[in-house]
Amino acid sequence: MASKDDIKFLSNPKIGQNRKKYCRFRRFGIKYIDYKDTEFLTQFVNEQGKILPRRITGNSLKYQRKVSTAIKRARHLALLPYVTDLLK
Amino acid sequence: MKNYEVTFIVDPVLSGEEVKSTAQTYVDHLSKEGCSIVNVDEMGLRGLAYPINKRTSGNYFCIEFQSESGDFLEKMELAFRRDERIIRFLTVKLDKYGIKYNADKRAGLIGKKKSRKEATPVPAAPAPVAPAPVAPAPTPVAKPVEKVAAPAPVVEEEE
Repeated sequence: MASKDDIKFLSNPKIGQNRKKYCRFRRFGIKYIDYKDTEFLTQFVNEQGKILPRRITGNSLKYQRKVSTAIKRARHLALLPYVTDLLK
Repeated sequence: MKNYEVTFIVDPVLSGEEVKSTAQTYVDHLSKEGCSIVNVDEMGLRGLAYPINKRTSGNYFCIEFQSESGDFLEKMELAFRRDERIIRFLTVKLDKYGIKYNADKRAGLIGKKKSRKEATPVPAAPAPVAPAPVAPAPTPVAKPVEKVAAPAPVVEEEE
């Protein structure tokens, strides 16, 4: 008899289910975004160094604003580039 | 009381002592104005993301301080602008979360959270031979947990 663990799928059943986006700052209780933490900020930037929209990151408006100011501060201090290619 | 944080980049052409004395002058300047210095963080020599005045790297410093009023800030920023040894500077007023974040960072609370994932490459750098067996150890522990967790919901969905 095939046990439950032996059942295999031809295609991944998770494909097509779109996962609900969420604001990671609200969920994990992050209150302050450090402009010096470059590694963290690159998560909110695309390969050209542009700030990703809320539509993609799922941030709430309050924290999207904080992220964008933090990125802009980091750019001023040359911690992040204003424009590039192949940032990641 | 307001907390401020000023980050600035010192010219990398200067020698190590000159760089430190430059930072020290601003620390002295601030304490003369009646500010209490909370922390001076030397972030070290870093590459700039883009060249500024034909420099591609710089020494980063971050001074956190407390003050009753922000009147002296204009004077301080003027001094920064006039100083040729300073490439860039940024003054920020910290909110209560920022103060807490910086205090936690100094206590090592924020570093620790990351170190669970990032600790393995850090000790690997000085002695690659010894920590190497330690590094793969956490990963096999983590993987079986994921494997067990992953198929279970799939089966339930099918039923």
